[in-house]
Amino acid sequence: MVGNALLLALRAIRRNAMRSFLTILGIVIGVAAVIIMVTLGSGATVQVTEQIASMGSNLLMVVPGQMGPMRGAAAPFKIADADAIGRDIGGLNAVAPAASKSVTAIFANENWSTTVAGSTNDYFTAGNWVIAQGRTFTVSELRAGKAVCVIGETVRKELFGGQDPLGSKLRLKNFSCEVVGLLEAKGQGAMGRDQDDTIIVPLRTFQRRVAGNQDVTMIHVSVRDSAAIEAAKSAIEQLLRERRHLPATEENDFSVLDTRQITQMLTSTTQVLTALLGAVAAVSLLVGGIGIMNIMLVSVTERTREIGIRLAIGALEREVLLQFLVEAVALSSLGGVIGIILALLASVGLSNVLQVPFVFNPGIVILAFLFSAAVGVIFGYFPAQKAARLDPIDALRHE
Amino acid sequence: MTVQASDTAAGPLLIEVRGVTKVYGTGSAAVHALRGVDLRIEKGEFVAVMGPSGSGKSTCMNIIGCLDTPTSGTYHFQGVEVGALARNRRALLRRHYLGFVFQGFNLLNRTSALENVELPLVYRGEPAGERHTKARRALQAVGLTDWEDHTPGELSGGQQQRVAIARAIVTQPAVLLADEPTGNLDSARGREIMELLTAFNRDQGITIVMVTHEADMAAYAKRVVRFMDGKVASDERYAVEA
Repeated sequence: MVGNALLLALRAIRRNAMRSFLTILGIVIGVAAVIIMVTLGSGATVQVTEQIASMGSNLLMVVPGQMGPMRGAAAPFKIADADAIGRDIGGLNAVAPAASKSVTAIFANENWSTTVAGSTNDYFTAGNWVIAQGRTFTVSELRAGKAVCVIGETVRKELFGGQDPLGSKLRLKNFSCEVVGLLEAKGQGAMGRDQDDTIIVPLRTFQRRVAGNQDVTMIHVSVRDSAAIEAAKSAIEQLLRERRHLPATEENDFSVLDTRQITQMLTSTTQVLTALLGAVAAVSLLVGGIGIMNIMLVSVTERTREIGIRLAIGALEREVLLQFLVEAVALSSLGGVIGIILALLASVGLSNVLQVPFVFNPGIVILAFLFSAAVGVIFGYFPAQKAARLDPIDALRHE
Repeated sequence: MTVQASDTAAGPLLIEVRGVTKVYGTGSAAVHALRGVDLRIEKGEFVAVMGPSGSGKSTCMNIIGCLDTPTSGTYHFQGVEVGALARNRRALLRRHYLGFVFQGFNLLNRTSALENVELPLVYRGEPAGERHTKARRALQAVGLTDWEDHTPGELSGGQQQRVAIARAIVTQPAVLLADEPTGNLDSARGREIMELLTAFNRDQGITIVMVTHEADMAAYAKRVVRFMDGKVASDERYAVEA
């Protein structure tokens, strides 16, 4: 019976091909929107996660102030805070106090606006940086705050072009410093920031010549064992609370972020956006469903005589109901299938344009299909019931 | 249940209408379509039902065809009280024992003659192969062997009514109910239809109840029942076959 009803439904859909197409357009758009949103959204999430992983493994970032909406001004750290963390807490790979600022770097006739960071050699360890050419800082350079720097690939390309940068002197603000090392390229970082667009100098050099103060704005901590991250986190919090003389009643005026939290922070925007557009898509599906209901009601009216004939020769109510219900479901599922195909094509195209990875999510495809079929059942039921409840005598008299 | 070809003679009681009334609407707007009808039709009969418009003959046909139920009185079909049956049970009676032919043909548009004839078999749940065989045989019986792929729009009125007859007899019904089957046809086509019906009544023993306005069509029947003002006014049997 269902097979037969399906055959009738497909024939009815083909007979009114144009009308059927316009009817399912709402479903097509709704399904396509949902799938595109989710596919691009999960692509963006994957991308952010990858970028954060490239920032360093088992990384903790200690920043002054409370992260979140109530983020207030708080006192920066000092080098001594980082030293204390390295000295008092076990199981750490690297503790790198850092501060950074935007500056314009000049070499010969070229100038390039970039970020200069002051830190120690631990900065390279914590951030998974590899030295491509040259070396890191020597102990004496760090201690004396010498004018030396390690540059990222983007800075090299912009300032030096084809030249060998090692040994050259570039100008930062009012001092010139010698390039002693070149970092291996990492590519795009979180939020689309180019991680290679950076210059690193010894922290003391930065404090004296760039910032003009003793502040440390971030401490990068690399934990040796990923299982110990939580323990390290609470140990650091405890230590810093003591060093910053926070009474028990007061909340932390600093944050220890792990990569998971950073990921969450960065992906929450994507998720809100996905949810919002998902809601729009759901409305579109609802409107599509109403369109199907409307056209099915028209169809029932148009085919009143046919229904009368079927009832007269002995069709049961539920057989007529099934026929129209199957037709509605076939319509909406067809819309779903077309929407899925369009969405996958569009997702592949858009992920190329937006440079996010294409992540095929079979779950959402199946869900979207089932949802479109469900729309058919929900919005097709009323018209189908109307058809099934017709009085055969009246229906046969219908012109 | 099917009727054997040997049961052509008037046999057991098939239709028994007793004291049936039918009222549409209520109060002052009430229309009394039937005012106490008694009618007994036996297996193998060919009955013509005549009467002016509004005499209640169509209402009575709807009740006999299990499409409608009486307001009061009883209608027994093959001994079953139809008035007490639910809508779906009456649909099953129609499916298994009744065949309908209408004045307006009432074929499915844009559907081939063969598929139209197969329709009742679909609802009987017969497999496709069997449906084709039976439907082809029925179309052959009405002389439309070469027209099975044509849709109603491609057929003349007389041919459409023959398809409708094929659809009605394909299930070998106990009773064929025809509501002015020749009303939309010229007299030559009308006679062809009547000859077909007569043949099915004679050769297959299908009981036929036919509403008609035309006396020369009623003349093909063995019995004529006349309705007037919601009652049976006369009931005459003719010994001579048309």
